[in-house]
Amino acid sequence: MPEPADTLTAVPLGSSFGKNLGAEARADDGPVADGTLAEPAPRAGRRYRGWYRLISPVAVVLLWQAVSSAGLIPAQKLPPPTTVWHTAVSLVTTDSPAYGTLPDAMLVSLQRMAIGFAVGGTVAVLLALVAGLSRLGENAIDPLLQILRMLPLFGLIPVFIVWFGIGELPKIILIAIGTAIPLYLNTFAGIRSVDAKLAEVGQVLRLSRGETIRHVVLPGALPQALTGLRQSLGVAWLALVVAEQVNANAGLGFMISQAAQFLRNDVILVALAVYAILGLITDGLVRLLERRALAWRRGLLG
Amino acid sequence: MASRAAGIAGSAAADPSGGTGPAARVRGLSRAFDGRPVLDGVDLDIAPGEFVAMLGVSGTGKSTLLRALAGLDREVTGELSAPGPVAVAFQEPRLLPWRRVLANVSLGLRADDPADVARLALAEVGLTDRARAWPLTLSGGEAQRAALARALVREPGLLLLDEPFSALDALTRMAMHRLVLRLWEHHRPAVLLVTHDVDEALVLADRVLVLASGRIVFSGPVDVPRPRDRDHPGLTALRNRLLTELGVNTEGQ
Repeated sequence: MPEPADTLTAVPLGSSFGKNLGAEARADDGPVADGTLAEPAPRAGRRYRGWYRLISPVAVVLLWQAVSSAGLIPAQKLPPPTTVWHTAVSLVTTDSPAYGTLPDAMLVSLQRMAIGFAVGGTVAVLLALVAGLSRLGENAIDPLLQILRMLPLFGLIPVFIVWFGIGELPKIILIAIGTAIPLYLNTFAGIRSVDAKLAEVGQVLRLSRGETIRHVVLPGALPQALTGLRQSLGVAWLALVVAEQVNANAGLGFMISQAAQFLRNDVILVALAVYAILGLITDGLVRLLERRALAWRRGLLG
Repeated sequence: MASRAAGIAGSAAADPSGGTGPAARVRGLSRAFDGRPVLDGVDLDIAPGEFVAMLGVSGTGKSTLLRALAGLDREVTGELSAPGPVAVAFQEPRLLPWRRVLANVSLGLRADDPADVARLALAEVGLTDRARAWPLTLSGGEAQRAALARALVREPGLLLLDEPFSALDALTRMAMHRLVLRLWEHHRPAVLLVTHDVDEALVLADRVLVLASGRIVFSGPVDVPRPRDRDHPGLTALRNRLLTELGVNTEGQ
């Protein structure tokens, strides 16, 4: 018998920088922040026969290696997997004057991501609570977020450079906004979709406002908020990649722009692969969180 | 809205024990939806420990009256008081699906050890072994028993039951009737049971009311000792009277 997650997961449509941004079927229930980023999750069914899903990617890598070894593609344009691997190893083990080391670059990028994501996520949940729990809050906050949502995020970069310079701040703000919008929209919709009958139960049981939020509102909004969280992760990684390539003197994006100047496609591929792997890891963490936090729904699904 | 706006919250602290006054007192209670009156000056007293069943065809305001007593309707006018704690069991169990059964029962409970008290309540309704279960895995009857435990664990002076058995199958419903009577005899809350099942009212209640056109048009005691068989001859006359009050033609029976 297939596990429930299989039935919920749609076919992947594509990926951006190797990151498959999760949005299960539930995403249809509410507003989706950015249609181009709300790609369905491709990696369900990990527990059973999950390794079947590795066959096609491994086949592609083998084909790539074969084509390169046969000399059909110039190594200058697309270096073979073995070269990329060796480059990765040397980037980890040696401190090159042009690129620094890979772990250092990763650390810088991860730190930007973590700060931006934490700030954007916290602000989004707070705004969603205020807007979700009162009509006044909705009227004050929702229009602003709807406007912000329609602004092209990366079109803000030149403005941010004028306002905040070229340091860490504009990058972090960009990531924070990218995180906040999908999370806000989904959490807000999740709060509004909480069953009014359950809210009445809270009233009858004389729950305080805090108890009602903790026991009724937040758990009720959680499924959709987590869908939003996975969309947010996708947008945030994308924002990181873009922000790092516009102006940076450290991090994975800096490594890529340096490598582009030296025509080192192998280095670029290593950096892209690291982005992809980090994206997969964070998406996996949210999936794990979903599994634990939404355990109560298994009764419904199976 | 009239100045005598009703509200349970304000009166809850008046007499927590239920005291010697009625467990619920309603005077001139009215409620209109979009100008259409649903309750039109209802007067009702429920004595402490009294089991009252309220009948009425759909749309006569039974649930509206119950929701007003539960403090869920702030738009009613008239006088309304229920001195003791009020608990409600709805037609649907309304358990929080994301809290386990035990946590649902102990939700909002102000006790030194809410979990222990809730465990006792679950034992009373025979759900000890489902304490750790998620509500979505319960059967309809189990879920409704959990909802009863959640209501009774608060030791209410007034227990409001809003057609809590109507969604259950006939056998489960009969088992629930016995359970409710046992719990009522043990805890002795005043009960207001809203139902449209005449036999259910006759089997359970001390007194049966009929609500029609927004007023209580009939109130009479059920003078048959419990446990009652629904075919008890002493219930026949009252059943016919109730069916007549409800507009059901009993001629020729």
